[in-house]
Amino acid sequence: MAGLAAAFGSGAMTNSIEEFEVADVILATGTNTTENHPVIASRIKRAVKSGKTKLIVVDPRKIDLVKYAAIWLRQRPGTDVAVFNGMMRYIIKENLHAKEYVETRTENFEALQACLEKYTPEYVEKISGVPASDLIKAARMYAEAPKGSIAYCMGITQHTTGADNVKTIANLAMLCGNVGIEGGGVNPLRGQNNVQGACDMGCLPNVYTGYQQVANADARAKFAKAWGRELSDKPGLTIMEMMEGAHKGEIKAMFIMGENPMVSDPDLDHVGASLKKLDLLVVQDIFLTETAQLADVVLPAASFAEKDGTFSNTERRVQMVRKAVNPPGLAKPDWQILAEMSTACGYPQSYNSAEEIFTEIATLTPSYAGITYQRIKNVGIQWPCPNAEHQGTKFLHKDSFSRGKGLFHAIGFIEPAELPDEEYPFCLTTGRVLYHYHTGTMSRRSKGLVQRYPESLVEINEVDANKLNVLDGDMLMLNSRRGTVSAKAWITDRVAPGVVFMNFHFDEALVNKITNPALDPVGKIPEYKVCAVSVQRAG
Amino acid sequence: MANELKVTIDGMEFSAQPGQTILEVARANGVFIPTLCHLQGTTNVGACRVCVVEVENARSLVASCAMPVSDGMVVKTDTPKVKSAQRMVVELLWASGDHNCLTCEKNGDCTLQDLVYHFEIEKPRFPMTSPGVLQDDTNEMIFRDLNKCILCGRCVRACNEVQVNEILDFAQRGSKAKVGPAFGMNYIDSDCYFCGECADVCPTGAITFKAARFAGRPWETRKVATTCTYCGVGCQISLHTHKGKVVKVSGKELHRQPNFGSLCVKGRFGFEFIHDPSRLTKPLIRREKGGALEEASWDEAYSFSGKKYQEVIKSGSSAVAGLASARCTNEENYLFQKFIRAGAGTNNVDHCARL
Repeated sequence: MAGLAAAFGSGAMTNSIEEFEVADVILATGTNTTENHPVIASRIKRAVKSGKTKLIVVDPRKIDLVKYAAIWLRQRPGTDVAVFNGMMRYIIKENLHAKEYVETRTENFEALQACLEKYTPEYVEKISGVPASDLIKAARMYAEAPKGSIAYCMGITQHTTGADNVKTIANLAMLCGNVGIEGGGVNPLRGQNNVQGACDMGCLPNVYTGYQQVANADARAKFAKAWGRELSDKPGLTIMEMMEGAHKGEIKAMFIMGENPMVSDPDLDHVGASLKKLDLLVVQDIFLTETAQLADVVLPAASFAEKDGTFSNTERRVQMVRKAVNPPGLAKPDWQILAEMSTACGYPQSYNSAEEIFTEIATLTPSYAGITYQRIKNVGIQWPCPNAEHQGTKFLHKDSFSRGKGLFHAIGFIEPAELPDEEYPFCLTTGRVLYHYHTGTMSRRSKGLVQRYPESLVEINEVDANKLNVLDGDMLMLNSRRGTVSAKAWITDRVAPGVVFMNFHFDEALVNKITNPALDPVGKIPEYKVCAVSVQRAG
Repeated sequence: MANELKVTIDGMEFSAQPGQTILEVARANGVFIPTLCHLQGTTNVGACRVCVVEVENARSLVASCAMPVSDGMVVKTDTPKVKSAQRMVVELLWASGDHNCLTCEKNGDCTLQDLVYHFEIEKPRFPMTSPGVLQDDTNEMIFRDLNKCILCGRCVRACNEVQVNEILDFAQRGSKAKVGPAFGMNYIDSDCYFCGECADVCPTGAITFKAARFAGRPWETRKVATTCTYCGVGCQISLHTHKGKVVKVSGKELHRQPNFGSLCVKGRFGFEFIHDPSRLTKPLIRREKGGALEEASWDEAYSFSGKKYQEVIKSGSSAVAGLASARCTNEENYLFQKFIRAGAGTNNVDHCARL
C-alpha cells in the first residue's frame, strides 16, 4: 500500500471488480485469485472465455488461473522487480510505451529509463528463470492492449522488497498509460473482508481516518477538537515493532481486537514470548484463540452475523453489515465493548448505535463524507464520495493522480533476505487454500470446509519428491533457521522443483514458526513468500 | 435512438433494442412469460420450451428466451394455443420425476411448483415416473437428488458460464440423460469447488443445501441482507435464519454489485462457526499472573482492565499499543483508534493488513 501511495498518492485498488470484464489484457501477479478471491477469479475467467480479454499470469506457482492464461511467466520467487523491469525496458526499446501519457501525467521518467538499461531479456532470464522470449511476448501483449489491468496480492507485497515490487508494477502501468482509465489500473486485491476499511478508518500508525496524516498539524487539530483530547504528532509503532517493544518491556499494555497474531505473525515463538511479558493484554474475540489464551482479559465479541455496521471492500465500496441473530451468552458487538472499555480507562465514550458512529466518521473523513446508511441500504458506494450528491468513484486518478503527477521510481532488483543454500536448499513460500481462511478460526469450524481440506499439506514437485524418496501423503519435516514444522506431502506440479508451498491455516502445522520475519523497510511486511528450508521425510 | 425497434406484445407497443430477446422486452415492460431453463447472463438455450409465445407469421410457437426481436414484430403471450403448449410442458416435466412437495426442501421456493400452480394442474395426465437415480449425500455441503432434475441445464450454465469452474455437464442421452460432474462422480469425488451456484439456481429440489434440509421452510425463515465476512470482495449475501440460527447463505436474492449473486465455498458454507459451541460467551480474566483464565462479569472485566491500564499509563502513553482488526466493522475500527489515540494518547495502533 505504501508503494502504491508513493506512486499515485493513494494506496487503494484503482479500479472496480466489474472492470476486469472490460479489460483487453489482465496481468495477474502474486495473486492466486481462484482460491483467495474466487468471485473475482470467475470474472477474470469469464472475460478470457468471452474471447475479448487475454490473461498474463506472472507467478512462481502453477495456479488455477494458468489454465486460462495466454502467457505464464514462472519466475523464481522474489525476482518480480527484475521481471517487470525487463518488460519495461523492452517496451521502451520497442517504442511501445504511452509517450504522451508519460509526458503529461507522470514525472521522473528519465530516472526510470536509466535504471532499466541493464535489464535485458537475457539478464532477466538469468535472474528469474523466465525465458527471454516469453518475457518479450508478455511485454508486447501488455503494452499493446488499449486497456491493461494489473491485479496483484500478497505474492507481491509479502517480500522484503514488497514496496519495491508494488512501485515497479505502478511503473509498468503508468508507462503504458493504464492508470486512470476504465478497465485498466493497478489493483491490489484485499485478502480480508475489511482490510480496506481498517486502513480507511486510521488503524495504521501514521494516519487518522481517510489517510489524514498524524504529522499534519491541521489534521491533528481537527481530530483533537472533535475528540476533546491532545493528540500525539509522533507516528506510532507497526505490529512487528509493537511485538519488539513488548519483548523489550517498552510496551506494557496491549489491546487486541479480532486478531490472532499467535498464528498469523512470523516467528511465532518470539511473538508468544513478547505477549507474555505484557502487564496487561486485553483480547476481544469470538473464540478463545491462541492469542486470547495468553491474555489477562478476554472479552466475548459478537460475530458479523450478530451486529450492525459497514465493511469496505477491496474496490473501496462501503457496504452494510446487518444483525441477523443474537450473539451467544453475554457477548456484545466490538463497538459496544470498545466504548465501555474506553470509559473504564478514563476516556468516556457512548454510542447508541453503529450508525451514530458512522455519522461521526463521515463528518471527519472527506472521502466518506457523502455516505450514509440510508444511501447504501441496497448497493454500496465506492469512496471517494465527498458529498451527499456524489455517486461514488468507480476508478481513481481519472484526469490527474491523487498526488498530482504519477511518480516513476527507479528500482533495482534486490535478492530476497534469505536464499536457499546447501544447508537449507529449498525455497518455502506460503499462502492460503480455497477451503480455509487465515488462521482457520472460522473455516475449520465448518463441516463442509473441513471435509474438503481436513489437514495441512506441503506442495512439493515430483522431481524433489523422488529425490527425497517421498510418496503422496507421506509426512514431511520442514526446517528453517527458526524452527521445524511437519505436514503431509502433496506431490504436484503447482510448485517448481526447489520450491515448496505451505498454507498457514492449521495450528497443528504452524508454518509461521519457520517463516522469515525479515521486514520490508517501507511497508513493514514480513517476507512470507520466500525463506530457505530443508525438507526431509519425517519418521 | 436511431436503432430503436417497435415490438407489439399482447396488443401493446413497446420499444426495444436490436439483439434483445422477446423475453427481455416482455420482462422490461412487465409482461409475464413463464421460464424454467432461462438463466440471466448465460447462453439462451431455449431447452425447456415453457416460455413459448406466438409470433405473427411464424410457422410455429417460438421460445421467447432465445428469439431476438425484429422491428414490427407482433407477439402474443396469452392465446389458448400458447397456454396449452406451456401447460403441456409443465405437465410433462412434473410427470418425469419424483416431485413430492411434502418433503421436498424446495417447497415454497420452487419454480416448477409455482408453474404447476400457475397453470392449475391438479395432476398430470401422464404416469409419474421416478428415474430411480441414487441420491448424492456424500458431502456436507450440497445434497443432490436427480430424481427431481428437469434437465433445464441452469446448473451446468451456472458452473461453466457464471462461475467458470467447469465441473458440471450433461451426460448420456434421452431418458437416461443427467447432469453432474464427469464420469458420473459424486460431488465430493470430483474436482468441484463447492461454490454452490448450482444449488442456488436450481429451479426444483434436485440440488439443495445440505445444512438447510429440514431446518425451516422458506416462509418460516427470515432473510437478512448483509456482507460476507471472508475475503475482500465483499459479496452481498442473504443470511437465512430459523429459530435464531443461521441455516443457509444464498446470493441469488441480491443480484447486485459486487458479486451479482455469485458466492464461493467459504461464504456459502463457512457459516457454522457462528453457532459453534466453543464461542466465547462470558468475559474471562486472569486474576493472578500465571493463573488460569476465570469467568467474570463485564463490570469486573472492565474495572480489572481499567486498574491495570492506569498503572501502565503512569509510565507514559507510549507504553500502550493496540491491534485493530481487518475482520471488524469500520465503526469498530474507528472507535478502536479513537480509544488508543485520544484515550491513551499514542499512535501505536495497527492491524494485520500486511499479513
